[in-house]
Amino acid sequence: MFSQQIMNALAIGSVYALTAMGATLIYGILGILDIANAGAYLIGAYLGWYIYYATGSLAVAFIGSIIAVGLLGIVLQRYIYSPILAKPHTLSIIPLVAAVGLFTMSSDLVRLICGPYSKSYDYDFGVTSINIGSIVMVPAWILIFALTALLLLVLWFILNKTKLGLAWRATANDNEIARVCGVNTNNAMALSYILGYGFAAAAGIMVGLLYNSITPALGEVPSYKMLAIIVLGGLGNPLGTVLAGLIIGFVEVFASAYASFPIPKDAIAFVVLIIMLLIKPEGLMGRKNKV
Amino acid sequence: MGSAYLFSILSTAAIFTLLALSLNIITGYAGQAMMGIAAFFGIGAYTAAIITVAGGNFWLALIVAIIVSGIFGVLLGVISLRLQADFLAITTIGINFVMAAVFNSLKITGGTLGLTTTKPMLFGTQMNNTSFFLVTLVFIVIVCLLITKMRHSWFGMALASIENDPGASRSFGINVNKYQILAFTIGTALAGLAGGLYSHRMGFISSSDFAFVVSIEIVSMCVIGGLGTLRGPIFGAVFLSILPEVLRFANDYRELVSALLLVIMVRFMPEGLLGDDSPVWKAIMKLWRKFVPKKKTRADLIVDDYLAEKGGKS
Repeated sequence: MFSQQIMNALAIGSVYALTAMGATLIYGILGILDIANAGAYLIGAYLGWYIYYATGSLAVAFIGSIIAVGLLGIVLQRYIYSPILAKPHTLSIIPLVAAVGLFTMSSDLVRLICGPYSKSYDYDFGVTSINIGSIVMVPAWILIFALTALLLLVLWFILNKTKLGLAWRATANDNEIARVCGVNTNNAMALSYILGYGFAAAAGIMVGLLYNSITPALGEVPSYKMLAIIVLGGLGNPLGTVLAGLIIGFVEVFASAYASFPIPKDAIAFVVLIIMLLIKPEGLMGRKNKV
Repeated sequence: MGSAYLFSILSTAAIFTLLALSLNIITGYAGQAMMGIAAFFGIGAYTAAIITVAGGNFWLALIVAIIVSGIFGVLLGVISLRLQADFLAITTIGINFVMAAVFNSLKITGGTLGLTTTKPMLFGTQMNNTSFFLVTLVFIVIVCLLITKMRHSWFGMALASIENDPGASRSFGINVNKYQILAFTIGTALAGLAGGLYSHRMGFISSSDFAFVVSIEIVSMCVIGGLGTLRGPIFGAVFLSILPEVLRFANDYRELVSALLLVIMVRFMPEGLLGDDSPVWKAIMKLWRKFVPKKKTRADLIVDDYLAEKGGKS
């Protein structure tokens, strides 16, 4: 039972980490709290569902959805976020307000186009459960672990081993200096969005498979929980985000399994966050003095 | 369209005007990222409702609501000193979610069932939407006068300098901490007043009335109208309160339209429709000046005399 909970927490934590990774990459470069990432997660889940039913292949659904939503991210970055950030004297909440507006639009568009009722993936894994020792594994968990590991590996490779990744890290470190040194910061921003929105889309499909149901309200809980996770992870730190996602996954699963809280499960992330911020205002793995 | 319907819309619009003004003090004047004003709106609403349900006087309840949410505002103000903008935005979002969850689960706030209030008495008659509108309007006028006075006081100028650059104003010897906490206190106390009015105007409140989306709506009002001005939040609140009624025929598209409007506004006019730098406001001012020429100051007159002597050339 206990190890079962650990596996469950790992699966949920992985999905959280992937969802929040998009927001982290975007924050790392542009300094935007991009709630609209949860919209990418929602659209990714629906797009994946349509592709899956059209082609019958889950792999095609994943790849197609990741690419399409990633491109959508570039469009939003080019035509919405960058012009907003380019204006002088913008209050810090203005981009956040834009993101909230975009997120609301995405939920409403999905509801109007795809209908308000839930859809299910009904993917047949071949087996209903796999026993490893005393642990009963749900096949969706294994898929989530494998895919999360794969995507994080891809991310690590892009950020650390490619030229574009080097540009990303330079831009994240100091946008102005990077530009002065001849780094194409626009490409780095585009990379943030294509990876960020692509990851969110993958996470959306995974959640759809895990709970076997997607609704237009799918993005609501992640939209704000994601923020708690990226702050816990130190705002813009990919490694910290993975850790924070897992921590929130564990706290939620164990708190609801072994303790009774007077508040709903989804608010726990914020209680953890507020307590932590009061003790350590720069985040769990945050750099000090980063403005 | 009956006048009852009209006043039900107007009284809601008036309460949201108060809320937009309260957020404007924190975000517009002091420049602090506040994304959870609905939590304080809720604290005020529940405080006042609990008092009148227990048999207390409505006006006394309003005062207690103002004080209680103001005290919570002091706490948030103290917390805000430790956090930079983005952390503060997320923390206030978090406070909003946690407070909504608390309202939904505490016994004293009625839990999921919410609280039912009775309409208070005013001059011997039970208050209806019309009298609620008028009472709220009186509060709005008082608040506007106070804000105008505040803007020209040391406090207002200190806030403006904090909004511009907290570091620089600190180096000029302005007590940034004190004024920042004060801005949070005044803003949240005002939200508490709006809450007290709201819970009695509605007759019923539940936690969903104070959810994060409500905070976003109030932020939208300020942003669409123009943060940091007095006219902007008032215009935004009235506009966004009436818009759903106008769009009633397209019920399904209501949220989509207001979200789209918000995105278009922040993308093309982040200073708001009536903000100081907005082209719309500049055009209005230009038109206004055509009919009401600006009163000339002594300096203007001297320049005019000088120009006349030179034969109109400068």
